[in-house]
Amino acid sequence: MSTLRTEEMTLNMGPQHPSTHGVLRFVIRADGEVMREAIPDVGYLHRSIEKIAEKVGYHGFMPYTDRVDYVCAMFTNQGWGMACERLANIEVPRRGEYCRVIAAEFNRLASHLLTVGLMGMDIGAMTPFLHALREREMINDLIEELCGARLTFNYMRIGGVAWDLPPGWREKAVAYLDHLDPIITEFNALFSYNKICVQRLANVAPISAEEAVNYNLVGPNLRASGVKWDVRRDMPYSVYPEFDFNIPTGSGEWGTVGDSMDRYMMRIREMTESSKILRQALAQIPDGPVLAKVVRNFKPPVGECQVRVESARGDQGWYVVSDGTANPWRVHVRTGSFAAMGMIQKLSRGLMIADLVVLIASLDVIAPEIDR
Amino acid sequence: METVTIFERLQQRFGDNMLEVALKPPGLFAVIKPEALLDICRYLRDDPDVAMDCLSNQTGVDRKDCVEVVYHLFSYRLRHEAVLKVRLPRESPAVPTVEHIWKSANWMEREIFDLLGVTFDGHSDMRRILMPEDWPGFPLRKDFVEPAEYHGISTVRESPILRLDKKK
Repeated sequence: MSTLRTEEMTLNMGPQHPSTHGVLRFVIRADGEVMREAIPDVGYLHRSIEKIAEKVGYHGFMPYTDRVDYVCAMFTNQGWGMACERLANIEVPRRGEYCRVIAAEFNRLASHLLTVGLMGMDIGAMTPFLHALREREMINDLIEELCGARLTFNYMRIGGVAWDLPPGWREKAVAYLDHLDPIITEFNALFSYNKICVQRLANVAPISAEEAVNYNLVGPNLRASGVKWDVRRDMPYSVYPEFDFNIPTGSGEWGTVGDSMDRYMMRIREMTESSKILRQALAQIPDGPVLAKVVRNFKPPVGECQVRVESARGDQGWYVVSDGTANPWRVHVRTGSFAAMGMIQKLSRGLMIADLVVLIASLDVIAPEIDR
Repeated sequence: METVTIFERLQQRFGDNMLEVALKPPGLFAVIKPEALLDICRYLRDDPDVAMDCLSNQTGVDRKDCVEVVYHLFSYRLRHEAVLKVRLPRESPAVPTVEHIWKSANWMEREIFDLLGVTFDGHSDMRRILMPEDWPGFPLRKDFVEPAEYHGISTVRESPILRLDKKK
């Protein structure tokens, strides 16, 4: 009997592929359905944001930070604001901090809703995506009332936020949270605990805690591997110490600790926690100004600093070097997606091609955040 | 452990290789000799009292007289951090890779190579990562001049507002 001839295939996936979450490309070396290796090729969305920062000045850079990660732009706003405030030693008024936390946590909800919805779509289920997007639209409406934009907010300023909460907004926000909490349970019943979803995600590409730390995974991806680390609690910034919330970590209930199912469930659990934070913040928000007095010609003293913000995609580091002039000397953003993307080549070895899509979706990679 | 204490330990152990320790908040850092980088990094990772298990950020800065590579180290186990810097000549900056100490360095070093032109000796995959392979120069260098066109594609365009004015 003659033997079947086998050979290694080289496949191209992307740059425009529906499940690559932006413009990404993979070169896949595969043996049949099993991948030997998937080599990521990034840079398609490189807009030289760090170079732009050196040209436009501190206030002028705020709208550009939205474009670093357009799915959760509040956090990039906040990171840039905090870095400038720390350099120049500016204190944000308490109401301003509360407005920031409220806006940011709503943005986290919106971002996680998109992530869990996309997870459904990537494995072939359109319905969960539509359910999640329906809820996300309402958050976009709320944020639109707050700052006039639905995606690239430009809401925060150095020293606080641009606008106070509009009249009647708090009641609307609480009403939305009352609406959302049962929806999360419903979404779990519809999709998360669905047998197809669990079988598709459990035991796919598990990451051990040691590996996750060594590869610098952050945020929900790191916590899914069992490392209990959240910047909001462990390196507190803004007014987060005033709220009571839990930090969920990966449990491995459906398979291995740190597998795709754990990473997916992390987003669902964090939505519940965000909702908790929001309720407390909306109830406790003090009166007062929302923006500190910051000179128009903002020139922080010579120095450098790094601030860390817990964005929806994890610990985001803003490294800013000032030379005392009106333009920053150097700005660098360390983002969660960049580190996660750097790990895919290693994780892809021995995985099925169809599982690569699950892996990308579970790591919640957003292309503009990789390329900046 | 306080960052200051970590720097003190480094000074005791690697005295001559520590060029400068800046303790002015908000940015504390230590400048070290590039030759001692690997020894210091291995010590910081392996010493149980320091245990820097994560290279949380690595980036480069073009100072006018030199190129700096900045290492932000962090310990998840002991919850402390430290910043190390090496200063390299602008003409041909090269420093050993720390990829085999912390895996996350792989992509971050590729980014620094791509944007600032620092070569990392011993790196397993020293290619450009964000810019096209044939892009001339290193964009984050202060003396970088953007080419007028790339493969026949112009990199400048007339302002659309001026264009509207002309139509009138």
